[in-house]
Amino acid sequence: MSWIEKPQVRHPSLEENELGLTRRDYEGRMSTLCAGCGHDSVTAAVIEAFWKLSVPPHRVAKLSGIGCSAKTPTYFIEEAHGFNAVHGRMPSIATGANAANRDLVYIGISGDGDSLSIGLGQLCHAIRRNVDMLYVLENNGVYGLTKGQFSASADVGSVAKTGEVNRQQPIDPVLVALSLGASFVARSFSGDKGQLVPILEAGLEHRGLALVDVISPCVTFNDHEGSTKSYRYTREHEVEAVAADFVPLRAEITAEYGAGAAREVRMHDGSTVLFRKVPEDYDPTDRDAAYAYVRERQEAGEIPTGLLHIDPEAEEMHEVLGTLGTPLVELPYESLCPGREKLAEITAAFR
Amino acid sequence: MSAADAAADREGPSPGAARGGAAVPARSGVNDFALKIATVNGTGSASANNLLMKAIFRMGIPVTGKNVFPSNIQGLPTWYEIRVSGEGWTARSPEYDLIVAMNPATYERDIAEVQPGGWVLHDASWPLPRELRREDVTFLGVPLAEMGAERFHGSRTRILMKNVGYVGALAALLDLDREVVRSLLEETFGTKKRALLDANFEAFDLGWTWAREHWETPLPIRLSPLDATRDSILIDGNTAAAIGCLYAGATVASWYPITPSTSLVQAFEAYAGEYREDPETGKLKVAVIQAEDELAAAGMAIGAGWMGARSFTSTSGAGISLMSEFIGLAYYTEIPVVFFDIERVGPSTGMPTRTQQGDLLTVAYASHGDTRHIALFPADPGECFELAVAAFDLAERFQTPVFVVSDLDIGMNDWVVPRFEWDDGYRPDRGKVLGAEELEAGAEFLRYADVDGDGIPWRTLPGVHPRGAYFTRGSGHDYRARYTEDAGPYTEVVDRLLRKHRNAREHVPAPVVERRPGARLGLVTVGGCDCACREAVQRLAEEGVELDYLRVRAFPFSDQVEAFLLEHETSFVVEQNRDAQLLHLLVAETEVTRDRLVSVRRYGGLPLSAVHVVEDVMAKLDARTGAEVGA
Repeated sequence: MSWIEKPQVRHPSLEENELGLTRRDYEGRMSTLCAGCGHDSVTAAVIEAFWKLSVPPHRVAKLSGIGCSAKTPTYFIEEAHGFNAVHGRMPSIATGANAANRDLVYIGISGDGDSLSIGLGQLCHAIRRNVDMLYVLENNGVYGLTKGQFSASADVGSVAKTGEVNRQQPIDPVLVALSLGASFVARSFSGDKGQLVPILEAGLEHRGLALVDVISPCVTFNDHEGSTKSYRYTREHEVEAVAADFVPLRAEITAEYGAGAAREVRMHDGSTVLFRKVPEDYDPTDRDAAYAYVRERQEAGEIPTGLLHIDPEAEEMHEVLGTLGTPLVELPYESLCPGREKLAEITAAFR
Repeated sequence: MSAADAAADREGPSPGAARGGAAVPARSGVNDFALKIATVNGTGSASANNLLMKAIFRMGIPVTGKNVFPSNIQGLPTWYEIRVSGEGWTARSPEYDLIVAMNPATYERDIAEVQPGGWVLHDASWPLPRELRREDVTFLGVPLAEMGAERFHGSRTRILMKNVGYVGALAALLDLDREVVRSLLEETFGTKKRALLDANFEAFDLGWTWAREHWETPLPIRLSPLDATRDSILIDGNTAAAIGCLYAGATVASWYPITPSTSLVQAFEAYAGEYREDPETGKLKVAVIQAEDELAAAGMAIGAGWMGARSFTSTSGAGISLMSEFIGLAYYTEIPVVFFDIERVGPSTGMPTRTQQGDLLTVAYASHGDTRHIALFPADPGECFELAVAAFDLAERFQTPVFVVSDLDIGMNDWVVPRFEWDDGYRPDRGKVLGAEELEAGAEFLRYADVDGDGIPWRTLPGVHPRGAYFTRGSGHDYRARYTEDAGPYTEVVDRLLRKHRNAREHVPAPVVERRPGARLGLVTVGGCDCACREAVQRLAEEGVELDYLRVRAFPFSDQVEAFLLEHETSFVVEQNRDAQLLHLLVAETEVTRDRLVSVRRYGGLPLSAVHVVEDVMAKLDARTGAEVGA
């Protein structure tokens, strides 16, 4: 058994969202990950973001590939439709699903093994297509389910639990995404829910692919001295460079959202991202500047986090394909078949 | 030597006798001949050859064209074979009465291939090397390049016009209707490209006039108008399958370019652009996505199928290999999706521009673990159209991947087939789907339970209703779609999958069976071997070998297939692969024993010919059941 029934306890005092649903309604099954796993904190943030946005649970499609990260969609939104794809291929399932039904809210959960090695190609091409989805990459630098091999995101010099030192260059999903022209790129830390939740909210509302790389330490295989993806290392080196709040379309911009923000970016649906704190001269809509900034801080030994880049006007997949606004799955057959007379017309060309 | 002399030369032994194969009768020559055109690829000869082919078709005469092309863009040898058969035999014929030798690089092999008593049409602008001359054939030299150089400017135009020039010469030699050619050129170039039209017809006339002035025309092999193609069309299988997808209501197509399947999705996209455009918004009621590789193409089609769209991908054997992991996922998670496999020669890259039936076992059991699939085997473009539609119905009814297994010959060559028909009363079989109303009314939803005893569970579509939510997973699951690592719940699901597959056998297209009175032997085949096999059965009957005929059209095999095999002491199994894949599938999946089946195989990459089947059947019959010959 790899899942456990979770007792359903109702707390009448729990806060309700616009749909009258509590956070409990966005939970899933009991996690079977290791106690203290960063992924469980990400799951909690995902639940919070969906609850805050009042997304109807059954209108959510949650997808994953294979690995520890891939287990997590089971742990949130029980009433959402889930899809556990094959290793590294979640993006293509999400792409096809979105092509068929553009009205659902798509969230893909992946990991550094799933997305940066076997699935790097699919990640890159999902970014290129700008598939409308939130893509969460739970990044711990290690293969957990197979007990601790280095992943492609392991930093040079990072030490494995076995003592082995990684000497290969890491693949940084944020830099990959920026160089591919991703329309939404963020990095966060599973230990910083306050930062992560608004990023996830903004990512869900973003039209296009929102890549959120979350440093999510593996307590069992990569949380020791010498690891650069441990809780301690991340806490010591993380610098919240670009702090952003998400303001939904309907809400007013109040002090709670940090009035007097450094900058605000209007999203496609009318919501707003308020950048509370950005480095001097930093323009989150300028992808090259974001890339240069991340590289510069990394060279200085920092892990810059926050909503690093956003392009709210980028064309998403359906705009490029020229697809109808109505989801394809909702079109009646009668509107799809040209019929007998047209067939005569079609075949006449082959006379 | 005049044409008449050449004809006299042919009064000798019949081509059949000359080859020692008693079963092949001499051809009459009128509406009954084969020719091969040897050119260099990338020089525009394809359009000239199509013009010739279509003109014959327009004269009402059944005709077959086989493009034998290299995996290359420009500069390598390429051939086009045309067989004319007033009787309507559409298989390729390798008994060439006439060779159009336009490529000096292949003169030697081309000239060697023409039948004794036949003709070689060549460009006489340059002398033909003496050592290539044969005494038993007639050489017809026409100075095409020389004439073209005088009349046209620019090397490209001259090369293009040279092709039309040989069509002109052939037209005179074969009695091709000049007016039909004229109207075809007019259709191609319209009134807007007047200059091109004139140039083409001028080039045609150069060859035509030269032939008329220098040779006695027509040759004994010639065309005579018929009325045998009035209700037919000339179409390739990939285009036909694309039209099938359009009519089946497919809305998502994902693909990765690979010869010989590329033209399928491209045709679909073109038709969708025309027939799936929303008149109000100009937006499309279809999504065609060119994927980064075959893995992603399969994933996208599966994702769309999960959502409830009719989705498909199109590929060839190499792509099926890459898609195999995903195929297993779709099988185990029971997602409807259609895969077109346009087979080419394997293994590995193999010969990408040659045909074969090498994927039969692969598609039957694609992916690791216990997997088995529904596969449909069209024999020609007409069936590509029909079976494409059937594939989507079967995929949704049985909630599983369905393969439409075509090949390069069917997919890329033009075939004369009956005009497609469509019944406006057709409605897609969406299978067992619990909708919002049923779920709201409290219908119990157990994703992988055999509620109806037919092995087919009920499914829900994402986003429809909270009670329809479940987790689709490739990992072990029980009848409620819950994760499991327990033997019992796991076995329950995979055993039901086996029952489901078995139950499909009476819903897939039935085999085609043609019986002959008194036949005790059977001949069983699949797909594009059909035309060659049916012709062979006819020829063998003329030799006193009577064979009942069965063409498998689907896997799992329907009961009729097994009954046919059991009722014949011996059946020849004809297929185009080295390892007798159909034969092994029949032995594995029916009660027939191996000793009752005799394998006949050709797998060198060219479409099957009746000559080969007759030869092989006769040889094996002599060796095995000689006593039965003539019985």
